Amino acid sequence: MTTLTPVLTDTWDKERSWSLDTYLAAADGYTGLRKALTMPQGDIVAAVKDSGLRGRGGAGFPTGLKWSFLPPDDGKPRYLVVNADESEPGTCKDIPLIMASPHHLVEGVAITSVAINCHHAFIYVRGEVVHVYRRLLQAVQEAYDAGYLGKNVLGTGFDLEVTVHAGAGAYICGEETALLDSLEGLRGQPRLKPPFPAVEGLYARPTVVNNVESIASVPSIVRNGVDWFKSMGTERSTGMGLFSLSGHVTRPGQYEAPLGITLRELLDMAGGMREGHQIKFWTPGGSSTPMFSDKHLDIPLDYESVGAAKSMLGTRALQIFDETTCVVRATSRWMDFYAHESCGKCTPCREGTYWLKQVLRRIEDGGGVDADIDLMVDLCDNILGRAFCALGDGATSPVTSSIELFRDEYQAHIDNHGCPFDPVRSALFEYTPKAGALAGSAGGH
Amino acid sequence: MTATADKKADDVAQPPVPTVTLTIDDVQVSVPKGTLVIRAAEELGIQIPRFCDHPLLEPVGACRQCLVEVATPDRDGNVRPMPKPQASCTLEATPGMVVRTAHTSPVADKAQAGVMELLLMNHPLDCPVCDKGGECPLQNQSISNGAPDTRFIDVKRVFEKPISVSTEILLDRERCVLCQRCTRFSDEIAGDAFIALQKRGAQQQIGRFDVDVLGFAEAGLTPAESTVGEATTTPDGAPFASYFSGNTIQICPVGALTNASYRFRARPFDLVSTPGIAEHDSSGAAIRVDHRRGTVMRRLAGDDPAVNEEWITDKDRFAFHWQTAPDRLTSPLVREDGVLRPASWVEALELAAEGLAAAKERGGVGVLPGGRLTLEDATAWSRFARTVLGTDDVDQRARVHSEEEREFLAHAVAGTGIGVTFGDLEKAPTVLLAGLEAEEEGGYLFLRLRKAVRKNGLRVLGLAPFASRGLQRLHGALLPAAPGMEGEWLGAVVLKATGGLLPADLAPAEAAAITEAAEALAQPGAVILVGERLAGAAGAYAAALRLAQATGARLAWVPRRAGERGGVEAGLLPGLLPGGRPITDAAARADVARAWGVDEASLPAGPGRDLTGILRALDTGTLGGAIVGGLELADLPDPAAARAALDKAGFLVSLEVRASEVTELADVVFPVAPPAERSGAYVSWEGRVRAFGQALESAALPDHRVLHALAAQAGVDLGAGDPFTAHRAPGALPAWAGERVAAPEATSVTPPTVEAGTAVLASWHLLLDDGALQDGEPHLAGTAKQPVARLSAATAAAVDVFDGDLVTVSTDRGSITVPARVTSMVDHVVWLPLASQGSRVHDQLGAAPGDVVRIQAGSTDAQGGAA
Repeated sequence: MTTLTPVLTDTWDKERSWSLDTYLAAADGYTGLRKALTMPQGDIVAAVKDSGLRGRGGAGFPTGLKWSFLPPDDGKPRYLVVNADESEPGTCKDIPLIMASPHHLVEGVAITSVAINCHHAFIYVRGEVVHVYRRLLQAVQEAYDAGYLGKNVLGTGFDLEVTVHAGAGAYICGEETALLDSLEGLRGQPRLKPPFPAVEGLYARPTVVNNVESIASVPSIVRNGVDWFKSMGTERSTGMGLFSLSGHVTRPGQYEAPLGITLRELLDMAGGMREGHQIKFWTPGGSSTPMFSDKHLDIPLDYESVGAAKSMLGTRALQIFDETTCVVRATSRWMDFYAHESCGKCTPCREGTYWLKQVLRRIEDGGGVDADIDLMVDLCDNILGRAFCALGDGATSPVTSSIELFRDEYQAHIDNHGCPFDPVRSALFEYTPKAGALAGSAGGH
Repeated sequence: MTATADKKADDVAQPPVPTVTLTIDDVQVSVPKGTLVIRAAEELGIQIPRFCDHPLLEPVGACRQCLVEVATPDRDGNVRPMPKPQASCTLEATPGMVVRTAHTSPVADKAQAGVMELLLMNHPLDCPVCDKGGECPLQNQSISNGAPDTRFIDVKRVFEKPISVSTEILLDRERCVLCQRCTRFSDEIAGDAFIALQKRGAQQQIGRFDVDVLGFAEAGLTPAESTVGEATTTPDGAPFASYFSGNTIQICPVGALTNASYRFRARPFDLVSTPGIAEHDSSGAAIRVDHRRGTVMRRLAGDDPAVNEEWITDKDRFAFHWQTAPDRLTSPLVREDGVLRPASWVEALELAAEGLAAAKERGGVGVLPGGRLTLEDATAWSRFARTVLGTDDVDQRARVHSEEEREFLAHAVAGTGIGVTFGDLEKAPTVLLAGLEAEEEGGYLFLRLRKAVRKNGLRVLGLAPFASRGLQRLHGALLPAAPGMEGEWLGAVVLKATGGLLPADLAPAEAAAITEAAEALAQPGAVILVGERLAGAAGAYAAALRLAQATGARLAWVPRRAGERGGVEAGLLPGLLPGGRPITDAAARADVARAWGVDEASLPAGPGRDLTGILRALDTGTLGGAIVGGLELADLPDPAAARAALDKAGFLVSLEVRASEVTELADVVFPVAPPAERSGAYVSWEGRVRAFGQALESAALPDHRVLHALAAQAGVDLGAGDPFTAHRAPGALPAWAGERVAAPEATSVTPPTVEAGTAVLASWHLLLDDGALQDGEPHLAGTAKQPVARLSAATAAAVDVFDGDLVTVSTDRGSITVPARVTSMVDHVVWLPLASQGSRVHDQLGAAPGDVVRIQAGSTDAQGGAA
């Protein structure tokens, strides 16, 4: 039986958990930084490499390896950019983390900057979450005041500026090169690679772009050691991670557990499905990861096992839907999101999501035709791997996986000229569907 | 096509370029390292469909139409397929790469068909009424790579159509495939970032850029200067103001960008195309003249990598209606009882020949052929003057000119062949623009300089009173010189370059700029480009020559008009015979006499009068008459004096395409053919002969045939009776190897005294102005810059003028009132556009750059004062 391993979430229940005082008192705050400042830079990178920490933003790229891709220091600026543009439907780990305990991130930024010899780090926060932006600004100010940031960090002579930047509300800016363009004040659209950010990133200088949770995990590795970190998780997916349970579960929320835990175990911890219902489908890592059904409850939630089951661990955003939920409706809403957030740069994503959105709406609204299901599968094939960046790929996941698992349900919508589900039953709140809400929804956004 | 191999390039030993060998569709090909897969495929004749890709623009990979299957060897040499199809327009070829296009790969084929379907999904089915239909890459490639039918049964995205991006350019957003070629052209090539992508997803669209958004102005990008015509308002932004905007229409792979005057006028498949050379500037840009049933419908850029690549100015592209303007002369006219009446060619030729012969007897005939002639015409004019009229009173310069300039041209330009080339500019470390606005006066020249700046880090120095927007877009450094003082500036650089000491009282910034210029020009390959404006600055040409000598920089003269270099080659300057032969040189005269089959003694032996001298002699009756080519009297340095002189001329013959002021004064008028109705050759500023064919069938005669016929009346064979003979004629007098006209002597100049309420006038032509060759094209005129008076903050404050206020510039002759634009520039100087609507400096002020003029706030009307 796997148990929870609260590291980042350990102090969330403390009084004013977000304050520096709490972080120092209850979480050994900034001892990692003090230790890192005494270590040779290479040793920090090696420790993170040896820990097996993999990027927590979804792709799972080894964090230490990413740092080691930076070209040799030429004395000119190099940057750390933290990606806090958390916008994926279902994904809700970085924002609660920054809300509840921002100093994990700030300390991680400081240690990482020491490791890669960066003197100006940026945290790019999703623009809509103003409360989180404010809390992070406050935390960074506290850290400056306490001497953990700024000129001459803790008297070591190391200088570090940290800029917290609020985005303007674009999912695409979570794509690292679009984020960099946006941070530079340009239109947020993905850049051509190569050159990769490690070589030419922010302001065409070597840049490391990491997810909030990845960076926030660094202090604990420095503090507690590689072996401690590797004692959690599986051989190739080491350490702990935040599992965000949402949807039709009794106790939704953040569950920090070793990688490799199963949804069945997590559901037990969360009090199971909501009373009287059974699981129908769920996403292992946000809407961009192909969905699973009740047959996948025992898949270990680590990078390899989820990948072997033809999905992705992603951001461990476990959106859980019970049998009252119409999969067509859910997929349609996800597609609305992708069509709205497609940046427009490349044809497959821009036009493909626009088309898929209309087909899904039409099927849900009773206007589906028999060819629509195969059409969607084919359209997804024309988008997946053809788009400029991963946004287009992600947009196809809910469609292809839901058709694979629930093709009959799509067919039923077409055959019966409409949706057989009552959306009120799946709602977790008082909900009255608007009559004709779907009519005329085709063109606009 | 007139693609010209760059001769210079062959001379220079090229370092071997490393190559890579790859396989495309089972065929092996070796390409230079760094070649994109899509170009490597082109080498093999394998066509990969594409929209965003353009060889002259940076790769972007946006449209995804060019997807191919790629496998590359891993470290052990095993060829491993890449997991996804790759965009061949962004992928560099690597050794051992195996590429499969749609021809051999079902995956690539499906990927391409899939993208095509998605592009067509939101594209309107309006090909039958779309200007692009018939020459549309989307249409063509949808036929070659698309499905015959669509599966899309839902609702298309629509936009209000069209948006006037400018008076010249219309945008139908629903046709746009968002390839970004236009925005990339604007950003990369022209540097006019006035259109940009807006919104996102399916609502992404091309829109006008708002300079106030996102610190655009603070980023050092200067906004467009406001244009004469208004464009309708889009959600935000300034109008698309660019001299090169028409190129975006040509590279648009769909019908999204169209031209206001061509829209709905013709179908591409009804057009006949004739390669041509643009007549508007000295770049010699290759164009394509598209005509239908004897009417030119449009002009496009030709493809000539050595000269203008694939770009031309909007003037080259859109200004051709002048050739068929309503005031076009169609038959000879003769004056009878003070009134012009149509006459037969025979009658007109006889009368003209008699009148000219009589005028010759009465003191001689002045020859003013104008600066827009082809080489053939120029040669015929030169020979006509020296043989039939026996005079050296010949000057093609219809602008400010000087004896120093004549000496400079005869010494350093005439008969020197191809000198500095566009290719040389691209490789140059430094280019000094002395009295030359590359964008306003050089047209395409500006784009090549900008390319060199962007790609090769060219350093541009501009000797001018202020940094124009053009110079700013070249990231150029300004060497601030008041008009007239350019010679002093260049002299100081010479002093520095020859190890002399600069005056101790020189401002440190100025001394630093001079030192930097001297060092920059000493780098191998540096170039000095001088413009016609230096004719108004005493000592400037002499100093430029000395500067070239002192630094080793190469020197080239960039005239504004298309015919001026050819005219210099043909000897359309006093004292200068064809091929750079000094008229004072007996051997040179003998050469010419031999080639022309005349008695050496019959050729004039001494230098004749220049334009001013000819006009003065006509005014005083010293000359008996004049023969005038296509020149606008308002362009002359003193139009009033010219009008008076030509009015007094005993006998006046005019050769013109369209009726002009000269027509009104002439005794005999001959109509001549505009460029579309004749063949010929311009000599570009490079010295490159740019021959073009006749586009339209026409009965109109070029100048050389009219002159040939006129000479025949006098019993002289001008050797210009048909286009072939005329084209070969300059070859009879190759470049002169003997002693050349001496270089102009250095002259010093004292700065004029600038009293309160006065300033030194600075002025030059804008590319789009009030010129006669832009007549009949209101859409183009709408994109011209609003005339403004530029003056420094201090100069403005001294006369109590604020930015945007009206300011009046006046002389005893007249005044010009335009809005003031406070500019960072030399103090005590006021700049006006030389010949724009409402600001015809020569005509309205009777003044030339360098003269002192009065400035005052407001309009003269408002203040009740008359100028």
